[in-house]
Amino acid sequence: MTGMRGLSVFISDIRNCQNKEAERLRVDKELGNIRTCFKNEKVLTPYKKKKYVWKMLYIHMLGYDVDFGHMEAVSLISAPKYPEKQVGYIVTSCLLNENHDFLKLAINTVRNDIIGRNETFQCLALTLVGNIGGRDFAESLAPDVQKLLISSSCRPLVRKKAALCLLRLFRKNPDAINVDGWADRMTQLLDERDLGVLTSSTSLLVALVSNNHEAYSSCLPKCVKILERLARNQDVPQEYTYYGIPSPWLQVKAMRALQYFPTIEDPSTRKSLFEVLQRILMGTDVVKNVNKNNASHAVLFEALSLVIHLDAEKEMMSQCVALLGKFISVREPNIRYLGLENMTRMLMVTDVQDVIKKHQSQIITSLKDPDISIRRRALDLLYGMCDVSNAKDIVEELLQYLSTAEFSMREELSLKAAILAEKFAPDLSWYVDVILQLIDKAGDFVSDDIWFRVVQFVTNNEDLQPYAASKAREYLDKIAIHETMVKVSAYILGEYGHLLARQPGCSASELFSILHEKLPTVSTPTIPILLSTYAKLLMHAQPRDPELEKKVWAVFKKYESCIDVEIQQRAVEYFELSKKGAAFMDVLAEMPKFPERQSSLIKKAEIVEDTADQSAIKLRAQQQPSNALVVANPQPVSGAPPPLKIPSQEPQSVARSISQPNGTSSNLDPQAPSPDLLSDLLGPLAIEAAPGAVSTDQHGPSGTGGHADEVDGSAIVPVGEQTNNVEVIGNIAERFHALCLKDSGVLYEDPYIQIGIKAEWRGHHGRLVLFLGNKSTSPLTSVQALILPPAHLKLELSPVPDTIPPRAQVQSPLEVMNIRPSRDVAVLDFSYKLGTIVVGAKLRIPAVINKFLQPLQLTTEEFFPQWRALSGPPLKLQEVVRGVRPLALPEMANLFNSFRVTICPGLDPNPNNLVASTTFYSDTTGAMLCLARIETDPADRTQLRMTVGSGDPTLTFELKEFIKEQLIVMPMGSRALVPAAAAPAPAAVAQPPSPAALADDPGAMLAGLL
Amino acid sequence: MIHFVLLVSRQGKVRLTKWYSPYTQKERSKVIRELSGVILNRGPKLCNFVEWRGYKVVYKRYASLYFCMCIDAEDNELEVLEIIHHYVEILDRYFGSVCELDLIFNFHKAYYILDELLIAGELQESSKKTVARIISAQDQMVEAAKEEAGSISNIIAQATK
Repeated sequence: MTGMRGLSVFISDIRNCQNKEAERLRVDKELGNIRTCFKNEKVLTPYKKKKYVWKMLYIHMLGYDVDFGHMEAVSLISAPKYPEKQVGYIVTSCLLNENHDFLKLAINTVRNDIIGRNETFQCLALTLVGNIGGRDFAESLAPDVQKLLISSSCRPLVRKKAALCLLRLFRKNPDAINVDGWADRMTQLLDERDLGVLTSSTSLLVALVSNNHEAYSSCLPKCVKILERLARNQDVPQEYTYYGIPSPWLQVKAMRALQYFPTIEDPSTRKSLFEVLQRILMGTDVVKNVNKNNASHAVLFEALSLVIHLDAEKEMMSQCVALLGKFISVREPNIRYLGLENMTRMLMVTDVQDVIKKHQSQIITSLKDPDISIRRRALDLLYGMCDVSNAKDIVEELLQYLSTAEFSMREELSLKAAILAEKFAPDLSWYVDVILQLIDKAGDFVSDDIWFRVVQFVTNNEDLQPYAASKAREYLDKIAIHETMVKVSAYILGEYGHLLARQPGCSASELFSILHEKLPTVSTPTIPILLSTYAKLLMHAQPRDPELEKKVWAVFKKYESCIDVEIQQRAVEYFELSKKGAAFMDVLAEMPKFPERQSSLIKKAEIVEDTADQSAIKLRAQQQPSNALVVANPQPVSGAPPPLKIPSQEPQSVARSISQPNGTSSNLDPQAPSPDLLSDLLGPLAIEAAPGAVSTDQHGPSGTGGHADEVDGSAIVPVGEQTNNVEVIGNIAERFHALCLKDSGVLYEDPYIQIGIKAEWRGHHGRLVLFLGNKSTSPLTSVQALILPPAHLKLELSPVPDTIPPRAQVQSPLEVMNIRPSRDVAVLDFSYKLGTIVVGAKLRIPAVINKFLQPLQLTTEEFFPQWRALSGPPLKLQEVVRGVRPLALPEMANLFNSFRVTICPGLDPNPNNLVASTTFYSDTTGAMLCLARIETDPADRTQLRMTVGSGDPTLTFELKEFIKEQLIVMPMGSRALVPAAAAPAPAAVAQPPSPAALADDPGAMLAGLL
Repeated sequence: MIHFVLLVSRQGKVRLTKWYSPYTQKERSKVIRELSGVILNRGPKLCNFVEWRGYKVVYKRYASLYFCMCIDAEDNELEVLEIIHHYVEILDRYFGSVCELDLIFNFHKAYYILDELLIAGELQESSKKTVARIISAQDQMVEAAKEEAGSISNIIAQATK
């Protein structure tokens, strides 16, 4: 043994260090010493150089960074003498990894050693390349290495290294081996007598066939031959038997290579192979010697895999199952582990479910093994073998195990239990039990998917509702429950709590108190769910419960100014709604059934089945993108608010349309729209007529539509009660929308009159001129034009003459002043007579909010301080908008510019976002800067997130709503919220209900984008 | 394929590391820390396999030393377990009843021997005899070079007397 005193001394010093700190000091000292030596001594003796690089390797091994001296190590490779060269090669291959630049410098030296004549140098070089060679090596060295491998003059010593070196190069660059030429060579190599070379060559073959088995089909019989040779112990030198077994490693490799060929077609080859396999299956006994046992079982398990892969005759398969059955019940942990693992593999390829089921209790025992490795295998196997017949037993075992399982397994366990419960539930109440238990025992590991799914089941199955409600109620009695349990029980009790009303402790007010106790313990996302539940409880409290009302209202009041928009909005809306009596009942009616769809969990399960060995972490990563899948796409049905996770504009819309008729809410609620006095007048007149539906006869049915649609603003322009009978030319709504974006055009036209409009805007003032042109050859008489002004506008229309002569045009100026921000619209009540025909129309005047905007483009320096200064609600509001009509980004930018909200290009680093600014003018606010940011999702143009800010809460809100309308609605059309099932046709055009778009939670998606 | 070999003492001291897949120094330290945590804490009568980050680690304890090899999930675990034993037997034969101290002070020898056993994370030689022959040939070459150097310096020393 060659001693190296300095190295030994250093190692002893390190060993004698009392603590980590002392060790570090010693290491630092040594590194300093080495560094100086490398720097100062121009000619280091080979001995010293060797000693230093060994020390460096030792220090590196201890885990310290060695960031110098690599060059010295690499330079030793080119030393002429063996001892230095050897050290250079070994230390370099330990210190550097394949991507290190210094390695490139060494390629030439390494190549010279490979093609040189010195056998020992060849070995060193091949070892280095085999261990750390990268692509560069693959490109420049592969042919040389191939030559060595097939050379007849090289000794086995070199050739076996060449084989593995080539394997490395092939892994780094598959082109390193040219398939055409190499397949024959490979076949010849497998005839090799030297078992060292043969072992290495077989490893190479495994890599080659795993990549392309067809090209190497001629190697298949050779592999079988190798197995025969080993099985019969022919021509196997004593030194290649390991505990009496002819090279178990070579046997395993040969069988592994065979598993990459789909089948074995040649009957005689197949026969020979099966003889060998049969011998292995039958002839492997358990012996006392551990190593012999391991080696023979290594071969046996590989044989099992091969048999399963070849889908052998039934008899042999049942032998395998019998063997595995034996293995999973032995005490020896390695064999049991492998038995479980291979049984799981077997399940996936063949139909042996029934046989494996016989071992169920044995497998469950392994689920309680002290060894986590074994428990993991047992869990996987139980999961794989579960079906309707044994689901109850298996899932209950999993649940039981959940309480004691270590954290690293809980996630996987609960996911698997949930999937099995859903997939194989014999009855739904059991399913509900399982999920609630899961949440109870391992709430942290129960993803939203799981509880969304249970809600969906309960909603869709009436029979299940009382049961689920009473179960949820039971869990609430527990002292500490997981937040997910609060969510799911709150949801279920909100919907179905009233079904329990007769049971003790389940009155609305009792449910409220027990739920409300939990509120202080939950996080922000749970509070909106609780608020919804309170609202529902309040609604269900029959007869009215003034006590409960008071309590609930107090809660709503409390959250009215909550910083969280979702909570605030719900609080405000529910508060308002709860005072609306019948409307309240309507809005909070029971949730409609969910459309049937495949469970996202099961979908995941299907992915999982492809890759049985996947860790829970990976599983979870796969789930992430679709977490919100289960409940987040409520169908927009008949005016009832969607359930949880609703896009927040929906309840808003309902609240708005209901609050308007009374016109009382604005004082209570800074965010609510200002009262619209006109609603009272216009409400009964209902819907803006579709083109052609002007006559009274026709407008009747369309007038039954109930609430006017808020999206179009509250002003409705129907034709009055007059007995008019003319056909309107063009679409009134379309004309109005067009005029909202431009300043002159036709407002109204019929066979007899055309009303044009021209407008000029300055600050909060506007001057419009109405052009009333008589198209007919008779005079229009009793002409009346009356402005119905909304509260926020001051309007003065110059008198219109009573008669308009034939073919004449009269002008009538209209002065507008904007008092405060509002989206309400002024209406022109217009009528005339032509002979006996009376025609009347109520026309919206395009004096809308954007007319009081002045384009304004900001720079980065101007924009961001302002943006940051607006801290949050109510000055800055954010909302996820769905059902946006899909627009390319430039189109959307044009749209914004068209209503004078100026896009500021380049301000937002994300190219999918738009940032815009404008100035708003009104009498009360004066000139006020407004900022907006739109975050779009390139994957789904029907949704976006919008943030609007200004110095005035009402302005922010109104502007946000205005922008939303522009994005959602096509510039046409009334959207009627028709009760019952009648499909609102124009709405369907404007807002295509694309389930795909709604399926994912845009909030989550956008969050991902940002 | 074996991704890395790790020898670590019961106290968590690293005695040898060999990496066949590219890991940065940072990753190497992390892997060692994580795995020694897992493996050193395992009880004595458990199986020799640990599932870790989608890989499997096959390990075996010999006296105070744990020998660990990280392999792909679908590799043959027992085969690798016996590669470990094979390595230990070769070390044992070389050092003559090997103990941890031998490996501490002759860690470079442990590397030489490992290089004759594994390349590219695959078994290269399954004959103990062959490996022993190669290693002793290497030792002789080193000795020969030393003697040669010695004799040259003797000559120089005598000539300059």
